Amino acid sequence: MSEARAQIFGDIRARLGRGRVNEGARREAEERLAAHRRNLVPARAASLDHAGQVALFVAEAQAVDATIVRVASAADVPGAIADFLTRQNLPAQLVMTPDPKLDAIPWDTRPMLELRRGRAEDGDAAGITGAFAAIAETGTLMLISGAGTPTRNNFLPDTHIVVLRASEIVACYEDGWDRLRAAGPMPRTVNFITGPSRTGDIEQRLVLGAHGPRRLHIVLIDDAGG
Amino acid sequence: MEPSSHAFKANAHRALGDANLQRAMTMMRTGFPEKRAQAIARLPEFDALRDEGIAIKNHVLAHLDFYLERFEQNVVANGGKVHWCRNAEEARQTVLGLCRALDAKTVTKGKSMIGEEIAVNDFLERNGITPVETDLGEYIVQIRHEPPSHIIAPAVHLVKEQVAESFRATHTDLPSDRVLEEPHVMTDEARGVLRQKFLAADVGITGANFLIAETGSSIIVTNEGNGDLTQLLPKAHIVLASLEKIVPTLEDATTLLRLLARSATGQEFSTYTTVSTGPRRVSDLDGPGEYHVVILDNGRSALLGGEFQDMLRCIRCAACLNHCPVYGAIGGHAYGWVYSGPMGAVLTPTLIGIEEAGNLPNASTFCGRCESVCPMRIPLPKMMRQWREREFSKRLSPATQRWGLALWAYAVQHPALYRRLSALAARVLGLFGKARGRFRSLPLAGGWTDMRDMPAPQGKSFMTLWAERQRKVGRAS
Repeated sequence: MSEARAQIFGDIRARLGRGRVNEGARREAEERLAAHRRNLVPARAASLDHAGQVALFVAEAQAVDATIVRVASAADVPGAIADFLTRQNLPAQLVMTPDPKLDAIPWDTRPMLELRRGRAEDGDAAGITGAFAAIAETGTLMLISGAGTPTRNNFLPDTHIVVLRASEIVACYEDGWDRLRAAGPMPRTVNFITGPSRTGDIEQRLVLGAHGPRRLHIVLIDDAGG
Repeated sequence: MEPSSHAFKANAHRALGDANLQRAMTMMRTGFPEKRAQAIARLPEFDALRDEGIAIKNHVLAHLDFYLERFEQNVVANGGKVHWCRNAEEARQTVLGLCRALDAKTVTKGKSMIGEEIAVNDFLERNGITPVETDLGEYIVQIRHEPPSHIIAPAVHLVKEQVAESFRATHTDLPSDRVLEEPHVMTDEARGVLRQKFLAADVGITGANFLIAETGSSIIVTNEGNGDLTQLLPKAHIVLASLEKIVPTLEDATTLLRLLARSATGQEFSTYTTVSTGPRRVSDLDGPGEYHVVILDNGRSALLGGEFQDMLRCIRCAACLNHCPVYGAIGGHAYGWVYSGPMGAVLTPTLIGIEEAGNLPNASTFCGRCESVCPMRIPLPKMMRQWREREFSKRLSPATQRWGLALWAYAVQHPALYRRLSALAARVLGLFGKARGRFRSLPLAGGWTDMRDMPAPQGKSFMTLWAERQRKVGRAS
């Protein structure tokens, strides 16, 4: 296929009426790639203080059918999840990602929750994950793959419960990219998740739970001090 | 897919008489435009974002070779591979070769217009590999052996009774007396069937909404999560993309993503936006073992530097389809090939030739709604006119039409003659039409009078009335 490659690049350059990009244009493009310059960022979230961004995140996520409960500390998380499962009439067996971030939560205070740590399998009805960040602008969760965070846990279980800290909420996607670049090399998968799975493919009637989770429940820990 | 664009008129006629299609299109015409308008009203910066999106795409097109090379370097650096394909045949062979190397029996697919363009499903099937579409709409049209009729809502031409019928015919291991009336019940049934396909597949194929030069990543957006299960569970993830999908940075993709969902479905953001970079890492607990990006040219590089270059800005949101009165009346299948609506009317002739697709750029009243809603402000009516001009100069349009246009062109270039002729026509038609005030039929105007009456003119042309009025005003002053 190297012949195809050579012809495609040859055709592109011929149509653009030049050879390879000249030194000046190349330097400019290199700089553009390195600078990660932001384009216009809507004021909706960027103009708010952090408490406002948290409130916006909550409102936007709820608008796309996620459910949210706010708790004061990590100690309240197991109880909040147990309550949610009871209210939804769901069993208390859960698969949880082996994410070190979730270790700080005192799970043994609720022995009724049966937690299995690891990768989700088909048949896991509900799962718990953390999040890398969350985007206030559209109520979007940002999750990444890694040693403790398998991607399938975000998709296979019918019920996806996300434990999120208020300090993980940022204004916009661009803030999320900055955090991601600071955290290390690009992970295999970055998932932006905005509400539970849905489809409108039959007569444009909205149905939740097409292939991914039918329910997306966010337990938000107010750790940001405001 | 064998094109039937040359038969557009017959296709359209059939579509107008199809009761199910007309019911489905009525739902389509109201739903999408309303949701888009609401989403845009919520984002005051929408128009400014359009301008930035256009600038990004124009910059990329001017430096396309540079960004594609950088993309390839970064894919390789992350352990993936890029395959360059000049045409559909090369792309099909590439996909088949990758599947065979993995001894693949079944392949799951996320919705991909490039997949449609290269007709990869039929090809895999002929070679003993079973492709399974996993987007609900795409799955429905696959089991009905139909092509998609819309670039983001493949089954928009169907009503739920037709879907139920197809599910009964296909899912024969389920009880035949089950109730299939509500969309949520059918969605659930498909979920159950397709979950098993996801788990069994050897290879997953998705499209790409964007390719990122900076990181060597591909991005797809879905609402169902099917694209994620498709790429995540099998041994390999193959991405099908055309070469204009490239953008420089994650920030640039972000700007375009802010436009995409709002223009497409009126959502603030699609439910799942997924950035995929290379195969699974050593320490990862899941993910595909291989990552391949098939980059297709198929005539696109030939659009650079020419009058159709702006078409390469298209982000496939389908706003132009959703707002087009012609698409809304006849649906996507009448267009006779993969792409439909205004974007299809411009793109299809570049890909399969104006000889086959000449009807498509003619199927427009130039009302301009497509351009006004296009997030990339692609001048679709202007480009349809350019196709008509090419068709005319290649002598592809019917002789009567060319003669008529030639006469008309001569007349309008000679204003005195034009005024005299139009005054004469107005007088003659006015005389003959005086009794009824309208015509049921007129020679050479059957296309008009077949569907409605032609009102009779009052007897004087506008120019004559204007001249009289000017004279009167002159006398009065």
